[in-house]
Amino acid sequence: MTRKQRRLALIGAGVGILGVAVALVLSALRESIVFFNSPTDLVEKHLPPGTRIRLGGLVVTGSVVKSKDLNVRFEVTDGNKAIAVNYQGILPDLFREGQGVVTEGVLDPAGAFKADTVLAKHDERYMPKEVADALKQQGHWQDDYAKKQGTGTRNP
Amino acid sequence: MIAELGHYALVLALAIALVQSTVPLFGARTGDAVLMGVAEPTALAQFGFVAFSFAALVTCYVTSDFSVATVFENSHSTMPLIYKFTSVWGNHEGSMLLWVLILTVFGAMVAAFGSNIPASLRATVLAVQSWVAVAFYVFILATSNPFLRMSPAPFEGRDLNPILQDFGLAVHPPMLYLGYVGFSISFAFAVAALIEGRIDAAWARWVRPWTLVAWICLTLGIAMGSYWAYYTLGWGGWWYWDPVENASFMPWLAGTAMLHSALVMEKREALKVWTILLAILTFSLSLIGTFLVRSGVLTSVHAFASDPLRGIVILAILVLFIGGSLALYAWRASTLKQGGLFAPVSREGALVLNNLFLTTACATVFVGTLYPLALEAVTGAKISVGAPFFNATFGPLFLPLLVIVPFGPLLAWKRGDLRGVTQRLSAAFVLALLGVLAVCVMEGRPVLAAAGVGIATFVIAGALTDIVERTGLWRAPLATALRRAVGLPRSAWGSAIAHIGLGITLLGVVGETQWGTEQIVSLRPGDKVSLRHYDFTFEGTTPRTGPNYSELAVRFAVRRNGEMIGEMVPAKRSFSARAMTTSEAALMTRGMSQIYVSLGDTTADGAVAVRIYHKPLVLMIWLGCLVMAIGGAFSLSDRRLRVGAPKPAKRRVAMQPAE
Repeated sequence: MTRKQRRLALIGAGVGILGVAVALVLSALRESIVFFNSPTDLVEKHLPPGTRIRLGGLVVTGSVVKSKDLNVRFEVTDGNKAIAVNYQGILPDLFREGQGVVTEGVLDPAGAFKADTVLAKHDERYMPKEVADALKQQGHWQDDYAKKQGTGTRNP
Repeated sequence: MIAELGHYALVLALAIALVQSTVPLFGARTGDAVLMGVAEPTALAQFGFVAFSFAALVTCYVTSDFSVATVFENSHSTMPLIYKFTSVWGNHEGSMLLWVLILTVFGAMVAAFGSNIPASLRATVLAVQSWVAVAFYVFILATSNPFLRMSPAPFEGRDLNPILQDFGLAVHPPMLYLGYVGFSISFAFAVAALIEGRIDAAWARWVRPWTLVAWICLTLGIAMGSYWAYYTLGWGGWWYWDPVENASFMPWLAGTAMLHSALVMEKREALKVWTILLAILTFSLSLIGTFLVRSGVLTSVHAFASDPLRGIVILAILVLFIGGSLALYAWRASTLKQGGLFAPVSREGALVLNNLFLTTACATVFVGTLYPLALEAVTGAKISVGAPFFNATFGPLFLPLLVIVPFGPLLAWKRGDLRGVTQRLSAAFVLALLGVLAVCVMEGRPVLAAAGVGIATFVIAGALTDIVERTGLWRAPLATALRRAVGLPRSAWGSAIAHIGLGITLLGVVGETQWGTEQIVSLRPGDKVSLRHYDFTFEGTTPRTGPNYSELAVRFAVRRNGEMIGEMVPAKRSFSARAMTTSEAALMTRGMSQIYVSLGDTTADGAVAVRIYHKPLVLMIWLGCLVMAIGGAFSLSDRRLRVGAPKPAKRRVAMQPAE
């Protein structure tokens, strides 16, 4: 094998593996990414039922209803619109009324959201970034949240 | 007072680092031995001052001095001493100080033990490493001062985030940082080689031990983090493809590639330019990892706090170091001589293939982690890229790599004999097939599980074949084989052990993902539930109090086929200082498998939501990582890494193991 052929074999292997990787990434990006929406987005966009999305906002105070078999129903708001969310399972430790939450699931034909994942982050001072942005967009951002999210008060 | 002294020591360390980052470099360029000699004492002094500064911060935490802002925000007077100590780095400011502490430890180690490195290279390496230190001192002093005082001083602290009140915090961040920061040494060596315009086999030999140390620590750090998340978050997951996990996984993949390519460079003087590039990329990924996690760009558990100024300084540091080193690479790489021809089918060829797979797999993780950020910056659309993406991209690229792992060590350097190697691996093939058959017969589970077990068996059996071949076990008398085994270079043992570890981890992953079962139920006292062969009885609840929390524990009696095998007591813990609750999962180990019980909410009528998992072989995931690290340690103890400068005669002996 000449020097040139060896080099070609090397480059060929490199390009081949890279090509496979690019193809895998592109197809996975088309199929497995999930868009984040605020309740207002969801109302305005008229997404077809069955689309997998993330929905985030504040849990409406007083909206959490727990029923049999670990079924939970609560509303998520960005201060403008509110969407009902149904979930079956155990809620995270930090799930609380009036606090930020991100849920993932599908929209059912009736317009309610069926979540299979509920994420509340691990610090009571922490607000999910997507939720914070959605609130800002709706003009419901309060300095209080910023304080909670930021480095905290330096002078108590 | 002690906080001010700690702050002042850090300023002095910055001043020394400025000297160390310029004077030795100038000395190396002009060939002035005195100026080059400045590097070692300054490196040791930097370490001394940062260690003092760190000790000062530890004192503030241990004595609960709440006039220091970070202590107030992250500590509490009733916390156990161990958590008062570990909460030093359970926040942004303290963790950055730990980062520079480790950076100076490595610098001091090069200064103290690097006497076999040529003077000019050593001076340049220490200078380059000091550039990194300067950037971090400026970052800490300007944006993240851990010693900031508050007036008036509050009486009580706000407590450490309860999730972090765990022994894991004592191990996971320091190990991870030892890994990240350890790669700064190989980065400094790479940049020094580019500046000097000279690189040879000896260079690879000097770099390899440092890279190995970093790699071992990173492996253990990632495994520890994974196990910590597994038992503490109450979800029973050990890897989520969370951006923060990916941030630590990317340097690991690139570092693993670098370990293998440095091998080629050391033995055959090939892949020089590529190894340099990998050294730069690995440390760049470590920097990106540190900063992505800390800057709050990523939505994550680990994002402590965000501050716009920090973001800008972070961006500047990233651009400066990554952009600068890559520009230097583009400019100077052509001056390095290429060497060492090899046929595609050879040890070198196998290692090149290893590198191609590892780096492309690393690239897919990179895309998946950063694409959401890029997309949001460009279009404003918010997306999440989760486990399905990584399973669909990383998996198909990593599995072929695992299949070729056993071939590499058996192929000869320069020109290998693929047919011969395949024949020698026939026993491993047979074992792998038996594994596949066993899975199909016993479990009847789908292709994926059978293939996984087959590949894992092949990797483990292949690594054993390498040792058997080298010692001539079966062919030679046992005594001869044993003598050869003892005389085998430690690095040969190291690679075999590390590859066995890889196979063990894969077995654990297959077991947990393919055969794991779970049940989520709502239970009242006296209720029973079964999972697999186990029956759980809700015996009752017990309220308990700890130093800074109160908890409600639930007692479960666990029976297997009617026979009592033990009690499991998961709990729900409330921390009053932060008004937070955490789930304390109960774990029962059965061989390599575990039963995992954690609690959800309690309803008004006394029912408790309970998650029960049966996780077959789950412990093998972390055991495999431990074995990999042990393999790394074996390789590190290899004689040729200790003797330093190349001595051709000795090298030949080391290179030709008894075969």
